[in-house]
Amino acid sequence: MIKFTLNGRQVSFEGNPLTRLIDVIREDLGLTGTKEGCGEGECGACSVLRNGHLVTSCIIPVGAVDGDEIVTIEGLRDTEQGRCIIESFAEGGAVQCGFCIPGMVMAAQALLLTNPDPSEEDVRLAISGNICRCTGYDLIVDSILLAARKGRGLW
Amino acid sequence: MTRIDDKVRRVDALEKARGEAVYLCDMRLPGMIYARLVRSSVPRARIVDIKLPELPEGYSFFSAKDIPPEGQNSLLMIAKDWRCFADGDVRYVGETIGILTGPSRAVLKTLDESIEITYDEQEPVVSIDDSLALKGGPILGDDNIHCQLVSEKGGDIERVLEGAARIFEETVETGFQEHVHLETNAAICTLEDGHYTFYISAQCPFYVRKSVAGLLGLKPEDIVVKQTTTGGAFGGKEHFPDVLAGPLLVAESYLKVPICLVFDREEDMLYSVKRHPSKVTFRTGVDKDGRILGSDINVYYNVGAYLSSSYVVLQRGVFHANGVYNFPATRIHGYGMATNTFPSDAFRGFGAPQTLFAVEIHLDHIAHALGVDPVEYKRSYFLKQGDETVTQGHIVEKVVLEEMLSQVAQKSDYFRKAAEYKRGSGRGIGMSFYNHGGAFTGNGEQAIIKAHLRLVKDGGHYTILCGQTEMGQGFRTALRKIVCAVLGVDMDDVTYDNPDTSKVPDSGPTAASRSTMIVGRLAEKAALEMKEHLGEDHYEVETEYEHPDGHPWEQATFKGDAYLGYGWGAACVELEVDPVTNEVHVLGIWSSHDIGKAIDELIVHGQVNGGIIQSLGYASMEKMENKGGHFRQSSMSDYVVPTSMDFPRQEWGLVDNPYEWGPFGAKGMGELVFNGADAAYIDALERALDTEVHKIPMPVEDIEAVRRDG
Repeated sequence: MIKFTLNGRQVSFEGNPLTRLIDVIREDLGLTGTKEGCGEGECGACSVLRNGHLVTSCIIPVGAVDGDEIVTIEGLRDTEQGRCIIESFAEGGAVQCGFCIPGMVMAAQALLLTNPDPSEEDVRLAISGNICRCTGYDLIVDSILLAARKGRGLW
Repeated sequence: MTRIDDKVRRVDALEKARGEAVYLCDMRLPGMIYARLVRSSVPRARIVDIKLPELPEGYSFFSAKDIPPEGQNSLLMIAKDWRCFADGDVRYVGETIGILTGPSRAVLKTLDESIEITYDEQEPVVSIDDSLALKGGPILGDDNIHCQLVSEKGGDIERVLEGAARIFEETVETGFQEHVHLETNAAICTLEDGHYTFYISAQCPFYVRKSVAGLLGLKPEDIVVKQTTTGGAFGGKEHFPDVLAGPLLVAESYLKVPICLVFDREEDMLYSVKRHPSKVTFRTGVDKDGRILGSDINVYYNVGAYLSSSYVVLQRGVFHANGVYNFPATRIHGYGMATNTFPSDAFRGFGAPQTLFAVEIHLDHIAHALGVDPVEYKRSYFLKQGDETVTQGHIVEKVVLEEMLSQVAQKSDYFRKAAEYKRGSGRGIGMSFYNHGGAFTGNGEQAIIKAHLRLVKDGGHYTILCGQTEMGQGFRTALRKIVCAVLGVDMDDVTYDNPDTSKVPDSGPTAASRSTMIVGRLAEKAALEMKEHLGEDHYEVETEYEHPDGHPWEQATFKGDAYLGYGWGAACVELEVDPVTNEVHVLGIWSSHDIGKAIDELIVHGQVNGGIIQSLGYASMEKMENKGGHFRQSSMSDYVVPTSMDFPRQEWGLVDNPYEWGPFGAKGMGELVFNGADAAYIDALERALDTEVHKIPMPVEDIEAVRRDG
């Protein structure tokens, strides 16, 4: 049996350890905020935090996260940090079709955890594994910089 | 109370950012099973035999023979030519042959892989040239031409060219482009209250019901279509959702349980519509001073196996083939060529980007040959109010291209840089100009669409009912804002949900940059009437499209005002090419657009940025090849779209030029912003390398050859 922490709660999984983490999150645990965009770790829509680091849950077998701490958008959105990022995304016009956005929010959180005062270049690098087809990125970058400014001291 | 110039928050931003918005793939209905399309693996063949494996209990397979006698095996897009299921033969790789249904997606995949189909293959027609050469014998009629049209102005072009001092001949080609909406195509078909009901990620719910009803011999209104939160579309969900909905409906007519079909990325890449590849040839005659006398232009689009909306796409290509310029004479002949590739269909710009790109770089090449700055050359041909268009109509509105040019030139310091950077120095700056005709071609809004919108007041709350969809472009916010600004109420006082065809009037498709301009106007008019009834507790207004005066159009001959109005654009790109690796570093991107008036500036900002990056991807890295009928790129690792690191921050601007018939003076803008940055990029690249480019995309790996051979 595989055990890990998901959004602060202990969960266990008894199926095939090669099952993709995204399928366990979305299908078995019913948390659909994490999206599947490409299924090969290229687009970042399925990004989650694993022990504080950004990973793409579509290419990680659940067996590999045994004992780890996983955070999805559902675990982040009502924290003070999560609210700050999400509010900034709404205010800054970062959201269009929205499909990449939960993953973008996770990428922003991963960045701010290690670098609470990022430059534009830092932000561009931090979200470079997350594809957005709508925005051309400028307003997402601005929104993350806005979150860093508004949330000074939160990270 | 919200005013039109107020900064508002997008109404869908929080639910999407919180991961709470429900996309089709997030839905779970009780008793829901899954589906998988069984597709052809060869481009052109007779089906000799289909051998199914034994299907486990709960699994089914449906194909053309399961369409009931009262139904027809065709999807009704514009013509009825796209078959729901291939029957007897297949015409492209990925053509739907059948649909497998059952409880486990993994089992469906295994079953699909064990279906044995025997084909009698023929030589496929893949490219425009293959099609013109009737390779392997014609696949459509005796000439492979799906559709064609000619637009002429300024007299007999042959005679005009006979008088020319010099003729510039050139062929420009563009490639396939894949939409890569982050949410793949997806639909659920179920029965609700005795009606076949779709939940679907789609731009045009009314198109879906019209398209599939005939499969079961039903009327469109017998079918209910509910749009789900749509994760990007760009034209890829205009007609294509019909191709999912058709087989689902046939399966549903037997199974009567919810059936869910969600494409994975590989299916969405390989087996979905693309932007039409094009080939545009020019013969442009100039006099002894280098002034253009006229241009003979042939436009070829690779339509693929079925027509879908390609005739309209081709018309738009022809009507934009002169760019934003007034040439004394033009003859533009458009051909939509049949091939054995996946049908090409709508993609942001809808046929305009291909010809606009071609004419821009053609003029760059002529200017270079004449030794003049391309921008100076182009501006001397800028269309003005009252000028004759290529369809012998007129430009009705005020054109402010000069103002846009000066805005962009100033911000980018274009003229200094253009003079300073030597051709071939590795650094270049380029500029392009473009437009986009708003809404349906000619009198289509009046003759075909006849849009309706309803506004309902209940106490202090207002509900907008129409068929327009939100797919990321911001229309749910924009439409509410228009109504709020007229009524003087807050955004929270107005509701406008994803459409359900059983509840809303048909306001036409969410396409053609028509939503704000046409349907936004209907909402503005409805709100103005509603304003007279604010004292009443319940009131309903329904508005209907009215064609503005002074736009004559003859559909049979394509003569007159092809569009009700145009959006206009200017873009500038500066770049540097690494002399060793050929990597291109874009140093600056500047743009100016005339969209009449911005309904919401932040939304427009996002559209401008996104459209321009998509266009730069189209010009550079987005390469989709088709070899022998098979797309070579099947994933996001081999079909690469821009990341946050590929292009720098953009500088953008708007010019104020209110449009008489749009809400608050607004025109269409969603496609316009895609239509021109590609040419600015290639202009800059040509100058950096001192070469001529005749085709896009131009990824880094192809630059060496251009450097060498020109």
